[in-house]
Amino acid sequence: MKNDNTVRFTPKNYVVTAVLLAIVTAALAAAPYWLGRADLRLAGEIMLYISLATLWNLLAGYAGLVSVGQQAYVGLGGYMLFAFTIFIGVPPILAIPIAGVIGALLAIPVAFLVFRLRGAYFAIGTWVIAEVFRLSFAQISALGGGSGTSIPASIVKSMAETRAARESLSYWLAFGLAAFIILFVYLYLRSSKGLALTAIRDNELAASSLGIDIWKTKFFTYVVSAALTSMVGALIFLQKLRISPDAAFSVNDWTAFVIFIVVIGGIGTIEGPIIGAIIFFALRETLADLGTGYLITLGVVAIIIMLKAPNGIWGILRDRFDISFFPLLYRVENQKQDR
Amino acid sequence: MNYILSVSDLSKSFGAVTVADEQNFGVTQGEALGIIGPNGAGKTSLFNLITGTLAPTSGTITYCGESITKQSAALRCKKGIARSFQVPQPFSGMTVFENALVAATQAANLRGQAAYDFCIKVLEQTELLAKANIVAGQLTLLDRKRLELTRALCTKPKLLLLDEIAGGLTESECVSLVDTIKAIHAEGVTIIWIEHVVHALLAVVDRLIVIDFGRIVANGNPQQTMNSDQVREIYLGIDADV
Repeated sequence: MKNDNTVRFTPKNYVVTAVLLAIVTAALAAAPYWLGRADLRLAGEIMLYISLATLWNLLAGYAGLVSVGQQAYVGLGGYMLFAFTIFIGVPPILAIPIAGVIGALLAIPVAFLVFRLRGAYFAIGTWVIAEVFRLSFAQISALGGGSGTSIPASIVKSMAETRAARESLSYWLAFGLAAFIILFVYLYLRSSKGLALTAIRDNELAASSLGIDIWKTKFFTYVVSAALTSMVGALIFLQKLRISPDAAFSVNDWTAFVIFIVVIGGIGTIEGPIIGAIIFFALRETLADLGTGYLITLGVVAIIIMLKAPNGIWGILRDRFDISFFPLLYRVENQKQDR
Repeated sequence: MNYILSVSDLSKSFGAVTVADEQNFGVTQGEALGIIGPNGAGKTSLFNLITGTLAPTSGTITYCGESITKQSAALRCKKGIARSFQVPQPFSGMTVFENALVAATQAANLRGQAAYDFCIKVLEQTELLAKANIVAGQLTLLDRKRLELTRALCTKPKLLLLDEIAGGLTESECVSLVDTIKAIHAEGVTIIWIEHVVHALLAVVDRLIVIDFGRIVANGNPQQTMNSDQVREIYLGIDADV
């Protein structure tokens, strides 16, 4: 019997989205040539938040690990950058992957601890761990203790001679890391391990009965996302040039805003965190003058989205226009019928 | 005897409630074994013990000559024990095809085109191919049950555990399901089938086990077992002496 069915990832208007994606990527890669200084800085910040949101989405939206303690790895990455550049003299760009490796190594014992907890207890557990990280780094006087420290000017100058060159480099690092993280998450989810992860998200009982080692799959996802979050953290504080325990391990900056971004953009999709980050920064830039009113507005927006569009802004767009920039859905097509 | 699966002195209790009480039985390669018993007798619990989603209080489970008592559910599935759940447990956010693909890639270890082709073949057999792109959460009860069977088959099982897969189906649906199960059995898959729809069960099985209060009260030829006094007593409540 001849098989008339084929399986493809690609949706109908694949060429349009692929071309669009290529144009946007090229434009963003060339941003230092067409954006002003302030805008370039903002674009870099957006890239870093896209990275954080993509990683949190991988944890919460796919692995079902709702962590409110990812600031532990942001802060750890930042501190590792400072420690390795100041004390050991490692070039800052090399210190970023080192921060990632250390993040992964620390995530292993942390995972053994917090994986004993489920649901809300897991969330609180991760937050407590992050607080332990914050209090521990506040004890290290070599890194400025509770008041923090700055990167010496000589190390900053070693990256690039002029200020403009440093700012371009800083942006490219943020853009490169964001692109790498999105590509990694996309390929991971398209792999058979990613299929297992999505199955776990939907039904753990069925997943374990179909040969999926739930603990191992979640563990791998947690450790990898901790490593990448640490790298993002290192990059964040390479831009800030100053670090303190309160800034490094801020639950507001590195987790609450990130959750907001993922929820309004669309949890459990790759496009969601990207769109969410753009909306978050659009709101922040337009409402910054309102003071506390800005945070209240963010809260109201989040509540409305959760009530009216649980799949986020991307969920609405996807259902309406049947588009996908990062197709993950397997489609079975019958060639007899479709041709 | 050359058993593919055997349990010896298998017991499980939750406090005062005993769901498996010193059970001993074996299933030979290629056999189709039926299990009946009243609600709450411990039939599904027995499947949970065999597949590893429940750990026994005591006793051992031997599969293909090896004790699997302490192994994880995932590992047992990879070794060829598959089940369908009584209450369907679909991956509701994934399509029917993706549900099948999870089983084929994770348990049967197939990759790429080989996995796709195998899933499509199984979906054809279970009459779900036309619904391959539908999200599983939107399926009707009948299709959810078919999906349970599809996923179990996509693991390439040696031993297939079916838990009340005919419950709630219409007569014609039931007939087509029995045909499907017969075809699977004819391919050499060993089957253990829990079912309340006895005529469907008797059309397939070679042997029948009756469980009541976690105990095996009868084990033998299906027709003789159905006519035995113990079964009449359990189901009809008639004292055998009257």
